[in-house]
Amino acid sequence: MTELTDIWVYLSSEPLLWLSATLVAYSAGDWLFRKSGRSPLVNPVLIAVAMLGSVLLATGTPYTTYFEGAQFVHFMLGPATVALSAPLYANLRLVRSSALPMICALVVGSGVAIASAVGIGWALGLRGELLLSLAPKSVTAPVAIGIAESIGGAATLTAVLVIFTGVIGAVLTTPVLNALGIKDWRARGFATGVAAHGIGTARAFQVNETAGAFAGIGMGLNAVLTAFLAPAMIALFF
Amino acid sequence: MIPHLALILCFQLLGEVLTRALDLFLPGPVLGLVLLVALFVAFPKVAEAVRPTANGLLSHLSLLFVPAGVGVVGHLATFSDYGPVFLIALLVSTPLAIGAGALTFVGVARLTERAND
Repeated sequence: MTELTDIWVYLSSEPLLWLSATLVAYSAGDWLFRKSGRSPLVNPVLIAVAMLGSVLLATGTPYTTYFEGAQFVHFMLGPATVALSAPLYANLRLVRSSALPMICALVVGSGVAIASAVGIGWALGLRGELLLSLAPKSVTAPVAIGIAESIGGAATLTAVLVIFTGVIGAVLTTPVLNALGIKDWRARGFATGVAAHGIGTARAFQVNETAGAFAGIGMGLNAVLTAFLAPAMIALFF
Repeated sequence: MIPHLALILCFQLLGEVLTRALDLFLPGPVLGLVLLVALFVAFPKVAEAVRPTANGLLSHLSLLFVPAGVGVVGHLATFSDYGPVFLIALLVSTPLAIGAGALTFVGVARLTERAND
């Protein structure tokens, strides 16, 4: 009979184990998310990350070994970013109907998100790679990871900051917008999508169909704008 | 489905090649996204055909962040040092951006929609 350690040696050298583990952990997270009635606080990505991270730490597995398996999932981020063109195109008619408010809200929302995050981080002592990782935090993860890499941030750190931003945005958007007395569903959805990407968009869809559609547009447009704006603002200040 | 996946991959490839060739400070897939929207505008039939494949890719979008997210195990020391700083930055910045964006939208909409009346 093969020793257990031999099996482990085989498994830990092949991509299959960590690829399977990634899908299983995400399925578990997604199941909990559905069970909770899709609460923004129960984020499937955060759950999967916590589970896999604990397993890596407990087994002393280096991240590079894990990534050899997980890279097949990670690779799909690029094609998924390009695929965002389909919902963006499908909503172009909506974009045309309120183009000017949208463009202004996009520029202000995107600029405030980058400048306030980087500004607060800087004031509290963050520098270099850590600070740059904050800049694209409002953008949908596949694009944010690409932006972080191109401006010299840490992509893995950005991925986690993006998820936290989405969860915070999804939880706070309704109370914040109510406190400001904003009743226009287009404005509420759009601003949420710009500041809190897909997680915020999912939240907007739960509240109101129009808000959800505008949130999706806001997310898509901000992915493109931040890719231009973040490097420019970083170059301006540093 | 395969030709549509090929189209998406080719636009990513085009984006990657162009951003490198032109030294653009932009992720290749984002340029691919913009170019593919342009193609859809020029040929609406293509958009119709690609949509199911694109939506299939997007329906499991959050799964795709997991591998990068797990990379946080390499940043545990960073988080124990700077966790509260990151948390404060995100907790202040996110509602600020939502409020600023929504107020701008409402303000501009009021101006333009009144002008149209």
